[in-house]
Amino acid sequence: MNRPARFWLQLGFTVFVCLFLVVPVVMSVLAGITENFFIGVKSGFTLRWIGEVWTLYDKTVYLSIGIAVACLAVTLVLGVPAAYALARTQNRWARAFEELLVLPVAVPGLATALALILMYGQLRGFRASWTFILVGHVLFTLPFMVRSVLAVMAAIDLKTIEDAAASLGASFYQRFFQVILPNAKPGILAGSLMVVTLSMGEFNITWMLHTPLTQTLPVGLADSYASMRLEIGSAYTIVFFFMIVPLLVALQWLSDRTMKTA
Amino acid sequence: MTFASESVPIRLESVGKTFPDGTRALEPLGLDIAAGETLVLLGPSGCGKTTLLRIIAGLETPDAGGRVLFDGTDVTALPIERRNVGMVFQSYALFPNMNVSENVGYGLRIRSVDAKDRERKTEELLALVQLEGYGERRIDQLSGGQRQRVALARALAVRPRALLLDEPLTALDAKLREQLRADIDRLLRSLAITSVYVTHDQSEAMALGDRVAVMESGRIAQIGTPREIYFHPRTAFVADFIGAMNRMPLAPGATESLFRPEDTRIVPADGAQFSGTIVSVFFLGDHTRLMVDCGSSQLLTVETTDRREFRQGEPLHLAVAPEALLLL
Repeated sequence: MNRPARFWLQLGFTVFVCLFLVVPVVMSVLAGITENFFIGVKSGFTLRWIGEVWTLYDKTVYLSIGIAVACLAVTLVLGVPAAYALARTQNRWARAFEELLVLPVAVPGLATALALILMYGQLRGFRASWTFILVGHVLFTLPFMVRSVLAVMAAIDLKTIEDAAASLGASFYQRFFQVILPNAKPGILAGSLMVVTLSMGEFNITWMLHTPLTQTLPVGLADSYASMRLEIGSAYTIVFFFMIVPLLVALQWLSDRTMKTA
Repeated sequence: MTFASESVPIRLESVGKTFPDGTRALEPLGLDIAAGETLVLLGPSGCGKTTLLRIIAGLETPDAGGRVLFDGTDVTALPIERRNVGMVFQSYALFPNMNVSENVGYGLRIRSVDAKDRERKTEELLALVQLEGYGERRIDQLSGGQRQRVALARALAVRPRALLLDEPLTALDAKLREQLRADIDRLLRSLAITSVYVTHDQSEAMALGDRVAVMESGRIAQIGTPREIYFHPRTAFVADFIGAMNRMPLAPGATESLFRPEDTRIVPADGAQFSGTIVSVFFLGDHTRLMVDCGSSQLLTVETTDRREFRQGEPLHLAVAPEALLLL
């Protein structure tokens, strides 16, 4: 094993960067399952903190899942027809609209949330309900759905395919449900996973829009780090981790599969 | 033939098309297509041929005052899905989410034909386009030529009143194109279906058309049988678009005469109407194409089946039979 000094330098640097990134994650996970983090691992391992998180914050988990599912439903109903309309329209207004769609992603979430509060803050019932957060999430995630569906529709020359279906006698609804939707499926699936993942993890907008009764998981996480012992906050991170990782894996798997068939 | 369609005559009355931005794609024109006839719309890109086809299909509406009649019935207001026409596109436009059988049977499924009949008909159609046994294949497992055959079968499955083909061979390579052209010709003849075929390729137009309409900037420059168009072009545009054309004055001070490269014969010096020197030689196997400088503004094209080897710079004596001269 006669490697040049440069090799060992590069290897050392790589290992250092990896540790720099990975150690905090490991520490956080360890903190969540250690009896007393300040004493250290020798105090023993426990699932007590995770149990405690569940009794304190289970509502945030349900609310996050509920909002993510509702957000998905809304972005599907709004986003898929919008993408279809954009794919069919060739003029520059449509292209300009497509550019505008990224605005909610580019503008800081705080600003979006402030605008919502300024506009609708006085509507008490709406302000206090979880649907207020839902509106923020839809604003933020809709562009991802539209773009993802639009990309697939643009790739398959949707317009001509729809003309072909029409020439065979298919009505608008038959064309939409038998030809357009099935062929846009990879984009719809990828968009859906993206929307759910983003909605579950969204903090900026949600933090501004939430009330003590409408805490989502990430907001609860911030709350627990601020007001509970470190072990509970860390255990909470583990819970979040277990919810979000399967989604990320599914997202990756799906985009791989779509790449292969395309 | 089981697929003998309910072919109809098609009539267009002052059909024009102006796009929203003000461009005139089509000047108002009238056109009669007989039942069972194959009419080819031939022209360069942007001449309005595709717009005309899309108006016949019902994918575009003509400007106010224009009428489209199928078998004497006004269908101008009917959208494409209610006109019962078959369409074949340059890009095939097959449904990627369905296999070959499902594509061919889609029109029948829309018409609520039951699964058993649908299967039987689909198989017959696949046999008709020589794709027996391909039913279960996915679309992305087919070659371009096979895809266009599937598209043809799909369009014919619903027994359309007319078959509309928009540059169906343009996306294929030369050899496949020729083969599929022969197959389409056989199909159109045997089914005797009213067809409108759009192309920019003059050899395709001549081979397939009962009549050819040569289009130029939104107008029909000339319509007639391929022979009429080729031998008696009415305008210089038509003459140039259909095959190559030589133009030069045959006597000093005379006006330009037009004649085809293959009608320009190589003769001994004493029988020559004019002479020149060979500028370039293209040996094409079945014939040789020569570019000849005869002192006029344009090089002359000469096509000969003579097997001898021609050389650049060689002097050449030429003549054109009087009956081969074109009068515009």
